[in-house]
Amino acid sequence: MTLSLFIQSLINGLNQGAIYALIALGYTMVYGIIRMINFAHGDFIMIGSYTLFYTIPVMVNIGMPAWMAVAIAVVVCTVVGILVETIAYKPVRKAGAMSALITALAMSIFLENLAMALFGAKPHNVQKIFTLPTITVAGVALPLNVLLTIGIGVAMMLLMQIFIKKTKIGKAMRAVPQDRDAAILSGINVDKIITLTFAIGSGLAAIAALMYCAKYPRVTNDMGSMMGIKAFIAAVFGGIGIIPGAMLGGILVGLIEIFVKLYAPGWYEAITYSILIVILLVKPSGILGKNVGEKV
Amino acid sequence: MAEKNNTPVLKAQNLGIQFGGLKAVDDFNMEIGQSELVGLIGPNGAGKTTVFNLITGVYKPTEGSFYLNGKKMNGKKTHQIVEAGIARTFQNIRLFKKMTVIDNVKAAMQEKTTYNMADAVFRTKKYWAEEAALTKRAKELLEIVHLAGKEELLAANLPYGQQRRLEIARALATDMKLLLLDEPAAGMNPTETEELLEIINFIRDEFKISVLLIEHDMSLVMKICQRIQVLDFGTTIAAGTPQEIASNPKVIEAYLGKDDE
Amino acid sequence: MKMPKKYKRSYLLNFLGLLLLYGIFVAMFESQIFGTSTTYVKGIFTTACYTIVMVTSLNLVVGCMGEFSLGHAGFVSVGAYFSAITSNALVGKGIPDLLILIIALLVGGLAAGLTGVLVGIPALRLRGDYLAIVTVAFAEIIRVCFCNFEFTGGGKTMSGIAKLADFYWAFWIMVVCVTIMFMYVRSRYGRTVKSIREDYIAAAASGINVTYYKVLTFAVAAFFAGVGGGLYAHYMTAMIPTNFNFNYSAELLSEVIIGGTGSLTGSVIGAAFLSSLPELMRQFSTYRMLAYSIVLVLVMIFRPGGIFGTWEFSLTRLLEKFDRRRPHVQKEGE
Repeated sequence: MTLSLFIQSLINGLNQGAIYALIALGYTMVYGIIRMINFAHGDFIMIGSYTLFYTIPVMVNIGMPAWMAVAIAVVVCTVVGILVETIAYKPVRKAGAMSALITALAMSIFLENLAMALFGAKPHNVQKIFTLPTITVAGVALPLNVLLTIGIGVAMMLLMQIFIKKTKIGKAMRAVPQDRDAAILSGINVDKIITLTFAIGSGLAAIAALMYCAKYPRVTNDMGSMMGIKAFIAAVFGGIGIIPGAMLGGILVGLIEIFVKLYAPGWYEAITYSILIVILLVKPSGILGKNVGEKV
Repeated sequence: MAEKNNTPVLKAQNLGIQFGGLKAVDDFNMEIGQSELVGLIGPNGAGKTTVFNLITGVYKPTEGSFYLNGKKMNGKKTHQIVEAGIARTFQNIRLFKKMTVIDNVKAAMQEKTTYNMADAVFRTKKYWAEEAALTKRAKELLEIVHLAGKEELLAANLPYGQQRRLEIARALATDMKLLLLDEPAAGMNPTETEELLEIINFIRDEFKISVLLIEHDMSLVMKICQRIQVLDFGTTIAAGTPQEIASNPKVIEAYLGKDDE
Repeated sequence: MKMPKKYKRSYLLNFLGLLLLYGIFVAMFESQIFGTSTTYVKGIFTTACYTIVMVTSLNLVVGCMGEFSLGHAGFVSVGAYFSAITSNALVGKGIPDLLILIIALLVGGLAAGLTGVLVGIPALRLRGDYLAIVTVAFAEIIRVCFCNFEFTGGGKTMSGIAKLADFYWAFWIMVVCVTIMFMYVRSRYGRTVKSIREDYIAAAASGINVTYYKVLTFAVAAFFAGVGGGLYAHYMTAMIPTNFNFNYSAELLSEVIIGGTGSLTGSVIGAAFLSSLPELMRQFSTYRMLAYSIVLVLVMIFRPGGIFGTWEFSLTRLLEKFDRRRPHVQKEGE
């Protein structure tokens, strides 16, 4: 492998990884707080992408800057996230893990088919929000918009980390999964915190949609499901429930994918999954997770 | 076993375990003879349950070894240790809650059933014969722990004291030589405790087994144990007859704290 | 010791009941009661039959063992491909069709069962959501393998599989599979696995080899998933690895949960109903999956244990009830 191909792939991998990491972040926050795999999270990205598809031309037409469309996408995704949580997830929260899992799967099917009914099965092409030149440094082509995407991803993750660690609401979010009853006793409104977690996770999905569309402008109604699973795997990889774990897992999955694709294009998924299995068997709680045995 | 056998049923030698630098149990030695009833006592967090977990293979000892009837048991899996003859009950009752009382007992006889999958699928004579034998034996055991007539109830629906007794019946079903009881009287009222004592004595006479008992209720321990070993911070601080233990200053200190503190 | 009388009676009764049900189906189809759509309706019922086998087998893992598997479609695909390859090799050699089908299903089932062992040994060390995710990963690996292997068509549609499974055979194969699984659950095996589900530490402390029985049950479930996949292949006659993706696994799991996790009756009825639901709503094709997902959510909200919970249908019980309503047939000793 030449050095320039290596660097090129590294950048591609980081780009892919930053997208996974941002989606994984949404999974990990929700999982961290209510121990539920929100299968519909991938579909929030689909919703964000459709919103971008429809709002970017509108923004351009009325003379507003195109990035305003992102703000609208964030709002739409947040609202959908809150709705899904309140209507479907909240009523089954006490019914156990199985019900929660199935409800999440059902919401995923629902959103995908709703999008199919509304927008059809044909792929839509999202207009670019920013067109930046590609610069060449030492024989390596560096597309600036890819670098910008990575930058946005890293910035979002740092922001989230600061939010969780430093703010009062962030602390409450960490307290709820530790001991729900104690959290209630210390005056935390658990329901509100959970809804807020969903809202933030869904808002992040809109940002992920922006990053995804910058790389692959094709939007379809089922784009979210497989991407969602992969991002969830990334979250498990790094240690689910831990924000730096989501980042690490996302970046790793992205890099593994891009580099394996170079050598065995048909096998990259299988290899990514094999690595996940090995990691989980060696360290069930993920790379950054803490192993907790059951007390006898 | 008619002839007197001098090999101890259980022998623990310098048994110890560390959890990340913390010695939960250190240099634990113990011998339990045939049909003996030994008590293991100590303040909260002294490492009593950890000893049970070591002996039953839930934890792997980091030091020392233990023997059952002279056979080394280190590194064996829990189910292998049970098969060799050690059974236990749990401090925080662990029944198969959504199964019937009789199925709780029958589940523990699994290793003694020999019918195979084909027998089960075609419901052969062997299947019916073995299942009938299991049911008969399970009913006998339930009678011993005074739970006759409750066979078809769900284990979760039994009152607390009866759940503890069901755990004993389940342990008996494994045909063990050494029974480990982890605070069997916890949460019981005096009548229930009295009933439990009767059952334990009956089991020892009937099955000729040895018992190792963890208990907080000192009067109970003093009443039934032949020998007592006291743990504090993972180390043995005293061992002897109930009388010796009752007057041992170290034990009193461990339980009541030093005067000058 | 002989079979107790009451069981003998109940087995006989259930067999007669099945015969009657089969007779009704035969009469319905042979009399062309559905007119021109007879083939279509028959197709729906055949789909129901193999879905029942797959869903009931998944219920062994979910209901009996209490663990999620979100990768059951992987075992289904192993069964489908291996049985199709087997029957392709046997067709046209003068062997009767039914025998070919049975051999093909057994080979498919065994291949799937073996895969179940290979997947189960590492995967079943994990529990809960982690296990669910690992089963997804394994199913995806299986799918990628089938997309790349030469003998499975290399990711292209594998077509021209002999159409050996019609409704009549699928019905009896389904009956045999479900009966075997029922017997498995109602024996020491089921009892053992249930005790592991309830408390694996206590199960080990009762002398049960937890890993062995978990892997065994997983393999049995995979075997029958494979048989279901074999039926699928010999009814559809064409397939592609992406048919057996995550969505298919999720569909099977939701059918188990909707029917009731502890209940094989629930699996049978849930599978039959939910597999035919999209077909029955064909005229609303855009909205059928929407309706399906809403039904799922509603069941989860109002009946979190599934429609049937842990209840099992019993023909004997039903008839006894019917019997008691008539005052003159009082049974002695009651």
